[in-house]
Amino acid sequence: MQDLTEALIELIRFTSTNLPNDVEKMLREAREKEDKGSAAQGAIETILQNVELSRKNSTPICQDTGTPIFLVHYPEGWSARKLKEQIRSAVAEATKKSYLRPNAVDAIYDKNSGNNLGDDNFPSIHFEEVEGDELTVELMLKGGGCENVGAQYSLPNNQLGAGRDLKGVRKVALDAVQKAQGQGCAPGILGISVGGDRGSGYFVSKEALFRPMEDDNANPDLDKLEKQLTEEANQLGIGPMGFGGKTTVLATKIKGMDRARRRSEIRIEK
Amino acid sequence: MKPITLPFTEETIRSLQVGDPVALTGVMITGRDAVHKWMSDTFIKKTRQPQGDDLEVYEAIKKLLVGSAIYHCGPVVAGLDTKQYKFVAAGPTTSTREEPYQGDVMKHFNIRGVIGKGGMGAKTSAACKDVPGVYLHAIGGAASLIAKTVTKVLGVYKLDFGVPEAMWVIEVKDFPAVVTMDAHGNSLHADIENKSKAALEKLLAA
Repeated sequence: MQDLTEALIELIRFTSTNLPNDVEKMLREAREKEDKGSAAQGAIETILQNVELSRKNSTPICQDTGTPIFLVHYPEGWSARKLKEQIRSAVAEATKKSYLRPNAVDAIYDKNSGNNLGDDNFPSIHFEEVEGDELTVELMLKGGGCENVGAQYSLPNNQLGAGRDLKGVRKVALDAVQKAQGQGCAPGILGISVGGDRGSGYFVSKEALFRPMEDDNANPDLDKLEKQLTEEANQLGIGPMGFGGKTTVLATKIKGMDRARRRSEIRIEK
Repeated sequence: MKPITLPFTEETIRSLQVGDPVALTGVMITGRDAVHKWMSDTFIKKTRQPQGDDLEVYEAIKKLLVGSAIYHCGPVVAGLDTKQYKFVAAGPTTSTREEPYQGDVMKHFNIRGVIGKGGMGAKTSAACKDVPGVYLHAIGGAASLIAKTVTKVLGVYKLDFGVPEAMWVIEVKDFPAVVTMDAHGNSLHADIENKSKAALEKLLAA
C-alpha cells in the first residue's frame, strides 16, 4: 500500500493556511455590503488581509486549528488501519512544523500531549469504503469558538413555540444564531441536520459544511429554508465579530435525516 | 487608530470609549482557562495551596500585569525545541469562558486591559468600572496578522499547562484592537445582544 504521509501533511498545511475560494469570495462580497468605515467592514477587511498573509507565509489562518476531522473515502483494497497510522503521523509532523497547534488535552488530567495525538478520537477520523479506484481525504479544522456555539434542540420546543416541522427548524436555528452572538467569530456558516439521533446528528451537521458555499440544496423545500435562514439570521444585526452589522451568517446548509418516529433532533453547527 | 503604550495610565483608560480602535505597544501576557483558574484557586479564593514554582511565578507576573493587559490567546509557537520562541499564529480566543474569574483577577492584579474576542459579561464590566479597565476586542480569524505584531517573546511561565494554556510574556508593536467595553459601564456586546434579541422576537412572532 502506498504511503500517503507526505500528501497528508500537505493537506493539513493547505487547510490550515488557506480559506476555500468560495468562502473568501463571499467575504469579499460581504465587505462591500457593510457600511463604509464601520467596525464590521474593518473586521472583514482584517480577516481578508490575514488570509492573504497566511497563504503567503504558510502560517495558520487561526491559531485554534481545532480538532482535526478527517473524512476518508477509500476504494476496496486499502487498509483503514494503515491509513489511520499515516494520518496520525502526518498530524504529529504537521504540529512540529507549526501548521497545527497542539490541541489534544487529556480531559480528565488536563495534560496536553504536545503532538496533537490523543486517544482514538483525536484526531477524529471517519472511514467509508467507496466504489471505484479513487481515494479522497477531506479535512476540516474546526476551532473551539465555533464548536462551543453549536447547539442541539429537540422539537417540539415549547419555549420557542417551535413545532416538529420546518417552521420549527427555522425558529430554533435563529435562536441558536442569536445566542451565539459574535462568540464563534461571526460571520459563520450554518450546518444543520434534522432528524437522526444525537450522535449521528452532530456528525451530519458538520458534514453539511463540506458543501460548496453557493450550491443549491437538491430538496426545494430545504433550499428555500437555507436561503431564508441566511437572510433572516443577517437581520439579527449581530455582524462580524458581534460588532453589529449586516453579515452574521454567510450561508446555510441543511441535511435531512431519517428519525425514529418519536424524536426530532436539530443540530446546529456554526 | 489611537496608539497606546503599555502599561496603561489611568487617564488613558478613562479616555477610552466603546468603538475606539487602538494600537498597543509594550509588554503583555497571554492567559486563558488554565491560567485564570490557577490564579483564582491559588491566590484569590485560596482553595488550593501554592505548589512547585507557583509563588515564584506569582511574584514575576504580578510586576508584569500591574496596569498592563492580559490577552486571551492560545498561540501557535515555533521554536519549542530550541526555546527560540516565535509566535506564528496568535488570534484571540473566546473570552466568555473567563467570565467567572476575570473581574476578580483584574482587581487582584490591577490589570487595566483585557484582550480577547466575543466580549464579556456584567461581572467584568463592573470590574472595568472599579479598577478602572477596558475590554479590547481583537479580530478573531486574524491570527497571522496579529502574530506579526508580536516582535519578541520575552519568556513563558507554566509551560506545563500546555502551549495554548501557558502564560507567554510578549512584546508587541501596534497590536490592533477595538474598545468594546469601557470604564464607564458601556458595553457594545450588551447593546448588540439586546438589539438582536428584539429582532429575534420579531422574527419568531412572524
